[in-house]
Amino acid sequence: MIDLLNALVALLNYVVIPATAYGAQLALGALGVTLVFGILRFSNFAHADVMAFGTMVVIGVTALFQSWGISFGILPTALLALPFGCLATIALVLGTDRVVYRFYRRVKAAPVMLMIVSIGVAFVMNGVVRMFVGTEDRTFSDGARFLISARDFKAATGLDEALSLKTTQAVTVVTAVIVVAALFWFLNRTRTGKSMRAYSDNEDLALLSGINPEHVVRVTWVIVAILATVAGTLYGLDKSFKPFTYFQILLPMFAAAIVGGFGSPLGAIVGGFTIAYAEILFTYAFKKVAGYVLPEALQPDGLAQLLSTDYKFAVSFAILVIVLLFRPNGLFGGKSA
Amino acid sequence: MKKLLLASAATMIAAGAGYAQDSETLNVGVILGFTGPIESLTPGMAASAELALTQVNDSGAFEGYTLAPVRADSTCTDSAAATAAGERLVTSDNVVAIMGADCSGVTGAVLANVAVPNGVVMVSPSATSPALSQAEDNGLFFRTSPSDARQGEILADVLEEKGIESVAVTYTNSDYGKGLSDAFAANFDGEITINTSHEDGKGDYSAEIGALASAGGDVLVVLGYVDQGGKGIMQAAIDTGAFDTFLLGDGMYGQSLVDTFGADIDGSIGIVPWSEGEGTEAFNALASEAGIEPSGAYTRESYDAAALIALALAAGEPTREGVKANLMAVANAPGEPILPGELGKAIEILKSGGDIDYVGATNVELIGAGEAAGSYRYYTITDGDFETVEIR
Repeated sequence: MIDLLNALVALLNYVVIPATAYGAQLALGALGVTLVFGILRFSNFAHADVMAFGTMVVIGVTALFQSWGISFGILPTALLALPFGCLATIALVLGTDRVVYRFYRRVKAAPVMLMIVSIGVAFVMNGVVRMFVGTEDRTFSDGARFLISARDFKAATGLDEALSLKTTQAVTVVTAVIVVAALFWFLNRTRTGKSMRAYSDNEDLALLSGINPEHVVRVTWVIVAILATVAGTLYGLDKSFKPFTYFQILLPMFAAAIVGGFGSPLGAIVGGFTIAYAEILFTYAFKKVAGYVLPEALQPDGLAQLLSTDYKFAVSFAILVIVLLFRPNGLFGGKSA
Repeated sequence: MKKLLLASAATMIAAGAGYAQDSETLNVGVILGFTGPIESLTPGMAASAELALTQVNDSGAFEGYTLAPVRADSTCTDSAAATAAGERLVTSDNVVAIMGADCSGVTGAVLANVAVPNGVVMVSPSATSPALSQAEDNGLFFRTSPSDARQGEILADVLEEKGIESVAVTYTNSDYGKGLSDAFAANFDGEITINTSHEDGKGDYSAEIGALASAGGDVLVVLGYVDQGGKGIMQAAIDTGAFDTFLLGDGMYGQSLVDTFGADIDGSIGIVPWSEGEGTEAFNALASEAGIEPSGAYTRESYDAAALIALALAAGEPTREGVKANLMAVANAPGEPILPGELGKAIEILKSGGDIDYVGATNVELIGAGEAAGSYRYYTITDGDFETVEIR
């Protein structure tokens, strides 16, 4: 019985908790990507840099709050700074749309062209972020570090295996649930949300029924900016902020969006968790868990690992290829990319 | 009229300079990654190397010759670009020797494609890959930093002295990390439960920690970079309670390590290349005077690399062959010990037929095929700060 509990705790600690937090971060990022694709009809490669920009503003405001002595109890102060980060990011993406994307929309540029334009925008934002905050790594989470710390858990339960739950992991999942619920309510229940879905389904029909396209585009950017800032801040709180690592999560985010079905919000969420769990489960060494559960004769000599962790990125892309082969529109049937 | 006056004045100055300079100029290549991943380190390294050459010129001891540094960009990662840059140094700048390159990968490429075919000596300040010890170099390759083969040995020794018999190993996925982890695995007699790489520049290391924790071990050996994945791995290990003591390779040494983790990693141990003594202090003073940050990475090794080239040139024929023939002799005993700043004196000793033993900023002692023996500082982390156990 104790062995079974130990095995369960080990799985929770090294697979379920980290994968859920990582999945939630990917899902929020993928939602932003998928909304731009669904409504503005291009792959926005600048999304990761929008996340970095939003996080940078949050870090700045957090530092300001800390210098004023404002804190948020056991929760990170950054959550209080989040609204300001969102506002700044909204201004940034609306400004970018005005200066760059609107022109290409007017001339009805092909999606591929917009995609390339977004790569250019990504480089500019990259530079802007580095100019303001520099390239080094920074940690900005404060408040209580753990809800359950490994040492306390061991002492309290007497188990061999430790369980730890970081405040940031809990905050990540709770915030993600709230944001996603609000987004779905908005898309399905409000007039603007419905007009966005109509515009996404069939642009011409939506225009005929009197939907103002510029309004839909503006609202989309506002939502995307909020999603990006929240995703970026949660990721930075849980790990740390470094502009370069933000650029690197672009690929798993796109993989999540495509696996779920490009343009489908529900798909982006499922895709995010699929990628996160797959990366961790396929490379997890089950040796320890097997040691608790299996009788001695059956215990593995090796690590009982499907793939070495060197291949964790290969796992996401293998899933991507398989999904594209068998369901080209993704699990939840979005638009074909 | 005014223009004409100016022009003739300029001509006179130029002519005057020409007369004063009746010595032959010897070009010395300085090939370092001025762009790329270590672009923040290379300016200090190049300035240190050039400081040594300037000191030789200023001393006037090397009569009849002026040493001129010629910079080239190794990029640290792009072997083709580094080879092209090296080619330029050897053919169009006609260098007598090359100080560099920096990163192990490009150093091997320049050595094989440029230095060996043309018979030019290379002295690298910072390429530490053990593979370079076995490279086909015709006696042309030297380095003033120790090979990671030696670091691997010392890491294993330190663990064995502490009586630790079972470890998990994670290394950064590069020539450096792979080479160091192989060297460690070859020397460690205890059990290595898992030996796996991590990618730098990623934020999420849950998968890596899951595998490392499951494999188990008394200590986690981290052979990465402190401002990269190495720190992320340690953070995840501490957070999940997977490991709380670490053995750290040289790339993990840095103030940010103790700033981040503080007392959480008390009891962890590590090693880092270190030098102390008269030579190091002399260099620190000289570098500060010249506006170079002396504690910068590989500045001392760079100074020594350039100084060795200059001394080897002065010891015999000032040609490519001369450098090759004399470099080992000026670096090692017997002879008069030479500290940084005493290069003029050293050349005078050489000219009068004496012997020198270049000590330099890093206590240079070239062993084997011409690489620094090097000394390491073995430290523990106590109360959230580095504490030296010994220098070995």
